[in-house]
Amino acid sequence: MIELISELRGYFQHEMVQYAFIVAPLIALCAALVGVTLVLKRMSFIGQGLSNTAFCTIAVATSANVIISRINESSNFTLPETPTVLIVTVLCSILLMRMGQNTKINGDAAVAMISVGAMAMGYLLINKFPASSNVTADVCSTLFGSTSILTLTLTDVWTCAILSILVTAVFILFYNKIFAITFDEDFATATGVKAKMYNAIFAAIIAVIIVLSINLVGTLLISALVIFPALSAMRVFKTFLSVTLCSAVISVVCAVLGILVSMPKAVSTPVGSTIVAVNILCFGIFSLIGMFAKK
Amino acid sequence: MCKDLTLGYDGKAVVSGLNFSINAGDYLCIVGENGSGKSTLMKTLLRLKSPMSGSIETGEGLHSNEIGYLPQQNVVQKDFPASVREVVRSGCLNRSGWRPFYSQSEKKRADDAMERLSILPLATRCYRELSGGQQQRTLLARALCATGKILLLDEPASGLDPKAAIEMYELIAGLNKDGTTIIMVSHDVGAFLKYSTHVLHIGRAEALYFGTKADYLKSEAGKIYAGGQTAGQGREGVSE
Repeated sequence: MIELISELRGYFQHEMVQYAFIVAPLIALCAALVGVTLVLKRMSFIGQGLSNTAFCTIAVATSANVIISRINESSNFTLPETPTVLIVTVLCSILLMRMGQNTKINGDAAVAMISVGAMAMGYLLINKFPASSNVTADVCSTLFGSTSILTLTLTDVWTCAILSILVTAVFILFYNKIFAITFDEDFATATGVKAKMYNAIFAAIIAVIIVLSINLVGTLLISALVIFPALSAMRVFKTFLSVTLCSAVISVVCAVLGILVSMPKAVSTPVGSTIVAVNILCFGIFSLIGMFAKK
Repeated sequence: MCKDLTLGYDGKAVVSGLNFSINAGDYLCIVGENGSGKSTLMKTLLRLKSPMSGSIETGEGLHSNEIGYLPQQNVVQKDFPASVREVVRSGCLNRSGWRPFYSQSEKKRADDAMERLSILPLATRCYRELSGGQQQRTLLARALCATGKILLLDEPASGLDPKAAIEMYELIAGLNKDGTTIIMVSHDVGAFLKYSTHVLHIGRAEALYFGTKADYLKSEAGKIYAGGQTAGQGREGVSE
C-alpha cells in the first residue's frame, strides 16, 4: 500500500500527469452535463456520430497537411487541426439535431449514416496520406485515446480549460431553457420560446464537448462518457436538477478514479477504457441503490 | 380567426376550406373522427406547422407568448426525471427572454398556478410517478404559467379514469368562467355537450360544421355525432 502511494506520488512529479488530472475532471464534468439531456431526448448515440465526424475531420486535416507539404516542400502553411475539427463538428452537430426532427430520414438512421460514413472516409484518407510511418498506432490512439491524455501540451490544457469553463457557463445560463426544450419542445415553441435557437446552441455545446473528450477517451468511447453518468444518476434521483448535479459528480469522480487506477505498473491499463470501466461499475452500484430505494 | 384554411402533410391536404372565428371567452370544442385533421389543426393554430393555404388572424394583439397549450403526453415525458415544480415553472420561460433564471414573480406565478389546480402539495414529487390526472394537472398548471388568455387543449382527458376526467373538465370549465378562452380537441361527446359554447366538427376533407352548440345539435352532423343525446340532457349532466 505504502509502495503504491509512493509510486503514485512519483507519477505526480511529472507535468504530464498533473495536466491529465486538470483536464480529465473538466471534460468529464462537461460530458455529464449534456449527457442527461441527450439520454432524455433519446439521442444517446449522437455523441458517437459526432466523434466519428471529428475523427474524419482530423483525418482530412492531417491528409491536407501531408498533401500541402508534398506539393510545396518549402511551404510552412498547415491547416490548424483543433480549430478545424471544432468548426466542422459544430456544424455537423447542428445538422444532426435538425435531421432528428426531419421525418424523411429519422434521427436514428441519420446518426448511423453519418457516423459510419465518416469513419470509413476518415480511415481511408489516413491510410492514403499517412502523416507518420505508424498509421495503426495513430489510428488506435485516436479511436481509443490510449495514451493521448498523458501526452498533453500546456496549450492543450489551456484550450481545454477555457472551452470547458465556457461550456459549463453556457449550460448554467441556459439551464432552464435546456430543461424546457428537453421536456417538451412543442410546448416551448407554441408558447413563443425560441426553441430552434436554443437547440442550435445546445448542439454547439455537444460538439465542443465531443472534440474535447477525444483527448480523454478517444472517439470510440465518448458515448460512454456522455451517457453512463446520466443513466447512473437517473437510477436514484428524480428531479432534473438533482440528476444533473449527481451525474456531474459521478462523472468527475469516475474520471479521476479511472486515471488513478490505470497508472500503477501493476495495473497499467489504457486510461480511456479504465474510466469507462469505472463508470460501468458505478452504474451497477447505482442500479442496486435504486432497486433497494424503491422497496 | 381562421380564413379559408387548408391543412395537410407533405403536400396532401387533410382538411380544406376551414372557416371559423372565436372571440375571447369562448369555449370551442373541435370534434371529428380519427384522422380528420384535428391534431393538425391544433398544431397549425399553435404555429408549429404552417397552413398549406389560407391564414390565421389574431385580433387584439394576441402574441404567440400569450398562448397556453396542453399537449398529449409524449414518449420522452414518461420516464423524465423532473419535479412537478420544475415542470410548472418551465411554463414561465416565454416571458423571461434572455434572462437566465426565473424571477421571484415567475416563481410566485408557478406556485399560484399549482395552488389553483390543487397540486401545490405535490410540488416536490417526481412527475413520472404521479397518476394520470395529476400529470395532466401539472401540464395544465404549466400552460397557465404561460398565459391566462387562451388555452389550447389536446384531448385533456385521454387516458384518465372517468372520475379524474370529470375533475379535469370541471377545472377547465372553471378557467373558462374566469375569462380564459378555451379551444379543445376531444373525442368525449359528453364533455363538449356539457361545457362548450361553440363546436367545430371536421369531417374527412372538409369542415362539416361550425357554430354554437345549440345550433350544432339541431344540425344533421350534430345529430349523428352526438348520438341522440339532446342538448337538454347535456346541460343537466352538470349535476352529476
